[in-house]
Amino acid sequence: MTSLLRMEGISKRYGGVRALEDARLTCERGRIHAVLGENGAGKSTLLKVLAGVVAPDAGTIELDGVPVGFTGPAAARRAGIVSVFQELSLMPDLSVADNICITDPPKRWGLIDHRAQRRIAEQALARVGAEDIHPLAPVRDLPLSRRQMVEIAKALARDPKLLLLDEATSALTAADVAQVFGVLRQLRDRGLAIVFISHRMNEIAELADDCSVYRNGRHVSTFVAGSVPPGEIIEMMIGRDYSSVFPPRPPRRPRPPGPPGPAQRASEPPVLKVTQLSWAGRLRDIDFEIWPGEVIGLGGLDGQGQRELLLALFGALKGVRGEVAVNGVAVALSSPARTQLPGGGIALIPEDRKTEGLMLPMSVRDNLSFAAIDRFTRFGLIDRASEQTAIDAMIQLLRIRADGVDGPVAALSGGNQQKVVLGKWLMTRPQIILLNDPTRGIDVGTKQELYQLLHQLAADRAALLFYSTDYAELIGCCDRVLILYDGEIVRVLEGGALTEHNLVAAAHNLATEPAA
Amino acid sequence: MTARPRGDLRYWLAAQRGPLIAAALFAAMFALFVTEHPAGLSANVVNTAANKGVLLAFVAIAQTLPVLTSGLDLSVGSVFVLANCVASTLVTGSPLEIALGVAAVLGCGLVCGALNGLVVVVGRLQPIIATLATGAIYGGVALWLRPTPGGAIDEDFADFVTGSAGGVVPVSLLVLIAAIVLVWIPYRRSVAGRAAYAIGSSEQAAYMSGVPVARSKFLAYMLAGLFAAIAGLLLTCVTYSGEANALLGGSYTLSSVAAVVVGGTSLYGGAGGAIGTIFGAFVLRTIGDLLFVFDIDALAQPLFLGVVLLVSVSLGSLRLLKVKKRLDLYR
Repeated sequence: MTSLLRMEGISKRYGGVRALEDARLTCERGRIHAVLGENGAGKSTLLKVLAGVVAPDAGTIELDGVPVGFTGPAAARRAGIVSVFQELSLMPDLSVADNICITDPPKRWGLIDHRAQRRIAEQALARVGAEDIHPLAPVRDLPLSRRQMVEIAKALARDPKLLLLDEATSALTAADVAQVFGVLRQLRDRGLAIVFISHRMNEIAELADDCSVYRNGRHVSTFVAGSVPPGEIIEMMIGRDYSSVFPPRPPRRPRPPGPPGPAQRASEPPVLKVTQLSWAGRLRDIDFEIWPGEVIGLGGLDGQGQRELLLALFGALKGVRGEVAVNGVAVALSSPARTQLPGGGIALIPEDRKTEGLMLPMSVRDNLSFAAIDRFTRFGLIDRASEQTAIDAMIQLLRIRADGVDGPVAALSGGNQQKVVLGKWLMTRPQIILLNDPTRGIDVGTKQELYQLLHQLAADRAALLFYSTDYAELIGCCDRVLILYDGEIVRVLEGGALTEHNLVAAAHNLATEPAA
Repeated sequence: MTARPRGDLRYWLAAQRGPLIAAALFAAMFALFVTEHPAGLSANVVNTAANKGVLLAFVAIAQTLPVLTSGLDLSVGSVFVLANCVASTLVTGSPLEIALGVAAVLGCGLVCGALNGLVVVVGRLQPIIATLATGAIYGGVALWLRPTPGGAIDEDFADFVTGSAGGVVPVSLLVLIAAIVLVWIPYRRSVAGRAAYAIGSSEQAAYMSGVPVARSKFLAYMLAGLFAAIAGLLLTCVTYSGEANALLGGSYTLSSVAAVVVGGTSLYGGAGGAIGTIFGAFVLRTIGDLLFVFDIDALAQPLFLGVVLLVSVSLGSLRLLKVKKRLDLYR
């Protein structure tokens, strides 16, 4: 009997970035298949190819032994492939029932039959144990966990042959997860094939029949669940060649492991002290301190609250509870403008430099001086001379290619653009620098320059809070790494315990090995 | 649906909040108008008000359809004027010729709308600029058809449309109700209609869910052309002639956007509908009537219109106070 699904030689590039390279996946009817890998291993891209969202550059997909090619999500759905993605596919203004029946509503005389639609929605919700959701409620008004239940109910209502779940349970409560897993097992026993991505190792152990591990866009191994111990799975995800992929790390600064010594603690307050910080259920009771000259990493799986923590400290979130003290003085961070404190403010190097970091059509010079424009303003007018001097110094420090400084920043390479973002904030002479995955999509050479710059900043007694999805980077740059899981700090790794293995294990909320 | 009647009513009310507010506002304003009017609630007063209100209502319904998909149609006023010029040429003669003329006018609207749809869907131009351009073309065609005001429409037909049925109910209002029952409600309950709401709510999610995005958008613009043409036909019945009046077209386009917003349809798309828009249009027209009966300087009318618009729009923005990520306010 042929496999239900066979994907072979799937490759996909985004510009110069290789998302998938000769990847493969084979699924059988009546099996639940877990797709494992680190951030950026290509898992989501693989599922998107299967769902018709992403067109692969190369490779073949066979469904029931018949080669298929999907022109879009609708085509994949017609072939019986239904997917639930991380980015929710719900229309917020429409009701729950409308959303569940969006593609194939029941009709009477050519028009949508609302009664029948409501019945279908009620059944679909009851099936996943979400009777508390009213079918007429607009999705907009539901909390995230309920939306995800609607999303799952919607997928199941389409009666798929192959169900794809990409982090579909990440926002659910334990009770919901148990209910959903029960339904998934029933469906499997009826012959449905399910492919799912989860970052929770316990979920994988509980649900999966088969596992496939991916690394850097390549398929590493496929095995029956339970036949390989978790520690070994993590080794597969990290890979032995992992270190060679990344540039040589900058040397760790000579500094004893462990928290700042008693001498430093006694002599000065932490530059940033965060107490019981919480926000909208996405951040929970975050406590930590940074002393001048420290680089603190934020680790964990993508989307566990790291970005929200940085945004909260930068004053971009509303309704943040808890205390933030800078140099021992409590501050109210109500907007990015308010983070420019006397004695040096807080800077955020944002996640998306093209929308949040730069004004792309404007020149490098203009971009560099925006955040610090107050420094050059006298009586409401900009003092061009002092501005230009400061900009020239920054361009030199960052080693931005000088031939482009008067042209639009859009013309620079990604790496140089990121330098401009960093430079723009260094112009404000910040004492706390928040970095949100600053090396994403940047070439190796520029990465190293950025690492050196970060160390230089730390040496000048700035405090750095550094979120990265790249574990090697966290190990190479940070004094301590706070591991976030579900909006909480679950572990702090430092010194000898700061290893790739421990980072991955802690990110999946598994036990870590003691320091070597 | 007797399962959870109380909950159902709550959700229905929440969904209809915009139209209900607009309806209540209109009812209050119109009550004030007829009590202050020297002639009181006479058929004549109602008929005149209805004819004015229905004209704008049709143009505004035309605007509602693209807005629901989070687009905009700046050509509705031009299609309205073009239809006026076509009607002043073709809607005369024998009953059969009149019927054919009416069909031609409506067909003309559908063609204009289809062209808009093509440019927006296939050309992937931003609706605001695409329809600004096509609107100028339609205005040009209208001028070419009727360089100077003139023409005529069958007077019996015109008088019938602008008169009262049985001396009580304005026929124009009946035409509006017929259009709602025959076009809007089936559209709202069709797959294409709901797809329009889905697209306006989140085009990406709609695409991911396999919604026919291109087809539904195209249909929305095409129907917009149809409604604008109905309005143009009514205008001809009111004025007995045609005129390629670009100013009139522009003013109706802007008023249509205002009526859409006052009627509770979000300019971001995805929420609202034609019923609310009708009341929005009636509210806008009643403001003028009120200023008239209260003997307020006609020059002050734009000012009052502006204030009413601002208040209505502010009501719609109250939900922004609940946004938790400040960055989301700047998208």
